[in-house]
Amino acid sequence: MPAPCPSPTRGALVMSYLLTCPNCGVREVTDFGYGGEIAARPKERPSFRELNTYNYFRRNVAGVQREWWFHRSGCRAWFVAERDTRTNEVHWTALPDQAPAAEEPSAQVPAGSAGGEATLA
Amino acid sequence: MSRLPEQPGERISRSKTISFRFDGKTVQAYEGDTIGSALYAAGRRTFSRSFKYHRRRGLMCCAGQCPNCLVAVDGAPGVRACTEPVRDGIDVRHMNARPGLDFDVMRATDLAPSALTPPGFYYKTFIRPRRLWPVYEKVLRHAAGLGVLPKKQAEREWRTEYRRRHADVLVIGAGAAGLRAATAAAELGADVVLCDEGPEPGGRLLAEGHHERARALADEARSAGVEILVNAPALGYFDGLVPVWQGATLHQVRAKQVVFATGTIEQPLVFAGNDLPGVMLSDGARRLAALYAVRPGARAVVATTSDRGLEAAVALRDAGVEIAAVADLRPDAAAGGALGDRLAAGGTEVLAGHTILEARGRTTVTGAVLGRADGSGGEREVDCDLVIISGGAAPATSLVAQAGARTTYDAARGVFRTGELPDAVHAAGDLTGAVGGEAVRLSGSLAGTEAAHALGLGDGASRARVQEAHRRLADLNTQAVAVAVPPAVAGGERGKCFACFCEDVTAKDIKASIAEGYDSIELSKRYTTVTMGPCQGRMCQLTSVRVMGQETGQTLEQVGLTTARPPWSSVPMGALAGRPIEPAKRSSIHGRHRELGAKILWAGDWRRAYDYGDPQGEAVAVQRAAGLIDVSTLGKMLVRGPEAGAFLDRLYPNRFSNLKPGRIRYGVISSDAGRIVDDGTICRLDDETFYVTTTSSGAGAMEEWFGWWLADWRMDVHMTDVTQAIAAVNLAGPRARDIMATVCDLDVSNEAFAYMDGKRGLVAGVPCLILRIGFVGEVGYEIHYPAAHGEHLWDALIAAGAEHGLRPFGLEPQRLLRLQKMHILVGQDTDSESTPFAAAMPWIVKLDKADDFIGKWALEHYADVEPETALVGFTMADGHVPTEGAVVVQGTTPAGQVTSSRYSPQLGRVIGLAWVASSLARDDARITISDAGSTYEATVQNKPFYDPEGEVLRS
Repeated sequence: MPAPCPSPTRGALVMSYLLTCPNCGVREVTDFGYGGEIAARPKERPSFRELNTYNYFRRNVAGVQREWWFHRSGCRAWFVAERDTRTNEVHWTALPDQAPAAEEPSAQVPAGSAGGEATLA
Repeated sequence: MSRLPEQPGERISRSKTISFRFDGKTVQAYEGDTIGSALYAAGRRTFSRSFKYHRRRGLMCCAGQCPNCLVAVDGAPGVRACTEPVRDGIDVRHMNARPGLDFDVMRATDLAPSALTPPGFYYKTFIRPRRLWPVYEKVLRHAAGLGVLPKKQAEREWRTEYRRRHADVLVIGAGAAGLRAATAAAELGADVVLCDEGPEPGGRLLAEGHHERARALADEARSAGVEILVNAPALGYFDGLVPVWQGATLHQVRAKQVVFATGTIEQPLVFAGNDLPGVMLSDGARRLAALYAVRPGARAVVATTSDRGLEAAVALRDAGVEIAAVADLRPDAAAGGALGDRLAAGGTEVLAGHTILEARGRTTVTGAVLGRADGSGGEREVDCDLVIISGGAAPATSLVAQAGARTTYDAARGVFRTGELPDAVHAAGDLTGAVGGEAVRLSGSLAGTEAAHALGLGDGASRARVQEAHRRLADLNTQAVAVAVPPAVAGGERGKCFACFCEDVTAKDIKASIAEGYDSIELSKRYTTVTMGPCQGRMCQLTSVRVMGQETGQTLEQVGLTTARPPWSSVPMGALAGRPIEPAKRSSIHGRHRELGAKILWAGDWRRAYDYGDPQGEAVAVQRAAGLIDVSTLGKMLVRGPEAGAFLDRLYPNRFSNLKPGRIRYGVISSDAGRIVDDGTICRLDDETFYVTTTSSGAGAMEEWFGWWLADWRMDVHMTDVTQAIAAVNLAGPRARDIMATVCDLDVSNEAFAYMDGKRGLVAGVPCLILRIGFVGEVGYEIHYPAAHGEHLWDALIAAGAEHGLRPFGLEPQRLLRLQKMHILVGQDTDSESTPFAAAMPWIVKLDKADDFIGKWALEHYADVEPETALVGFTMADGHVPTEGAVVVQGTTPAGQVTSSRYSPQLGRVIGLAWVASSLARDDARITISDAGSTYEATVQNKPFYDPEGEVLRS
């Protein structure tokens, strides 16, 4: 089951916070490595532009997102967290196969950006 | 010695005498003394020289709150003598005075007319002419600052540790309110930590002689299960994390609820000479007498704004100090009540409506001028050697303000106290403006109970108690407070009246800053640096606000407090830095390398043998006889499970599912962008088990990488990192097989044990996995075995190889040997842009694999695109060894760089690897290398410099 994370400062922006490792329990965020937002790896052969978007672009959500975390100074397990990037409030953490089902996020080129072309060889 | 007879509750043990040195002279002390109390008892009155004017300063607060007693202890500057316990044999020295404490040449800055030293004088004075700034700077640097850090420090023997403490409730401050709060929360079942900066719980109860009550409260808290940390100031509040520094430990306390019970700070009064040694806060004098049995003076004058000064006068008189006069600022003579009567009965005159206008004396106080605050009436001078001041009790709101609390101005007492509090933050005791001892204790219990309730603890009874406590507290707190609010400055500024002792800011300086337009408290703070010194505003924040209010006509509420920033208490940088360690990994054979006189250098986190004194000779030995190298640093993983082969097929651009058990294959890890990330060899042990090695530096990252994809793909595979558990050595050279034959139970003939075979067998009796691979280009056996047998197997191979000319070789000869074979080092010869195609390894990519693998789409693309640059070998036309990183130029345009270069004694030439334009990536092409201002010619070579067809390897 997804584990809740303690959030003593409810809603306020915090820089230093806690994460619940699904194996080890509640730990300081500095125990963990950040694996970035979860981006779906293309299932079919992508166009070169789509590939570069997947490799080099992030949605960089201001809000709630799903992301990878690694318990580097602990059990060295990868897990999934749902975090509000505006406040660092972590809603839950879970091992990948126990995370609540979610719509697969898709890598998208930001509107109005031609940046995807820049990485073409 | 000015020791008093034994005081009830005193902290010193008179039977245990210890001694230390102060400025080279031996000082006697009792165990339990602080440096400050021992020096004071020995007659010292001047403890430091002030920051700017180098004025004498003496003990004032005796509670670690003012800056007056900063000394250096055993070389560490900035230690407060008044709270630092004496330890036998310590070397204490004064700070900020040259040549000595009692004669300081920089005193001249005080004697100069003050018009020469206005606030910000050096910003204004030392800006012209601009070209002289470097000279000014040197002088100013010398004059500024307090302590001096020793240029060279002895190896630190003390360590600081971090401790992470997750608690339900943290209570900051172990006075009456804090102790009650902690007990109340713990009794309802909360896990409570209580911290206090003092050496024992009790807070002001101790200074006031109520040590028995303090101990009873502390015992209650302990019985309730509270963890009490003493000598442990809370440094700040960071998003719910409170660092509590306790000597060698920095507790990082995270509590769901925090109760602030930080009490009050007794405020000084502002008058001429208010910084003279002998001017002491009432609590300070009482601490000296009650806790250390030191008589603070012979004849004292007391100036107070509340009963606190009268209580001190009574207590000090009882301890044998003559009280010459008491100036009580409260206009009503009856304000002092019974205390005033007691003093009067003892013959002490209590002057109502009076305050101190000036303290006189050259080196210490010799007299005090008393008069009415408004200047009406006469003045009179009273001889004394001690001036006790009590300018009111300012709630210590800084910490709770960091937690987001608001402060409100309490006009009746002329101080700021806590107002609105954020969630999960509670305040108790004097901080809240509680009136009287009962209210203080009650507000403590209330805060602790409410903290427990917020955690979901408690019951109907506890909730009823809260209701009742709120009512009772409201009643108590409406009692009148008999406190007079002192004027911003008394006595008409007939000399320097210090608002800020740390930075030597006078009331006049603040007024000058306002006149120059810095008319808000935050601006004035930055301009004059008031509140920015070691006391962090404890002694000066309220004073500066009062001066600002008086000068600008604003109310104090309008002026407001400056933002309090962490750290609230002084803390050594070392405590924040944590343990002074540089983590190093050493292989299980490390001791042998040291015995052999190896040159040990860093290689990532590892300490590795670079060579054993003769890198070129070692390389030649490997090619002519045999060599042995410790390669335990390689990353090693066991990948197991029904889908292990499929997993590796998805991770690597080449195939492993079709690898036969007992065989080895080289692999390159590519990112999804098609770039080389790492490389290594993989041996299939059985159908479901693969032994994967990675580069030494990439071991950690590869474990994370494998784990990440495994977590994403959720395949039926289990991986175990065995890097630390398994030692590995590589035995290589033409005689390697002969040596193996004497120590290994396997048939090691080329027919039975071929190149790229991996077999399990015994070597010197140790079960090993033996991989026949050839990183250095010779017949080689990479032997992996349990690290516990590290030295045993190494020794056995060295002994068996002695007659064959075996030599141990280090990392440097290995690098030369692999360069001769053009074996790349990932990260040295490749970078984050290198693809396997450009790095001359197109054969490693199997694009015909039906299934997806990491990097497939990118590699498909790059397979069709001619790379702009390519990795090639080169030989130099002359003997110059180009710097690794030297630029390959075409004409004057940079077109690549050298990644590896060495002189090869075997070949008699300088060889290397370089990235060059693809058009030049053909044999015998001429390239030009620009290195350190000269250009050199080199010739491209694509085949390995040594054994180009790999015949030696396979032999």
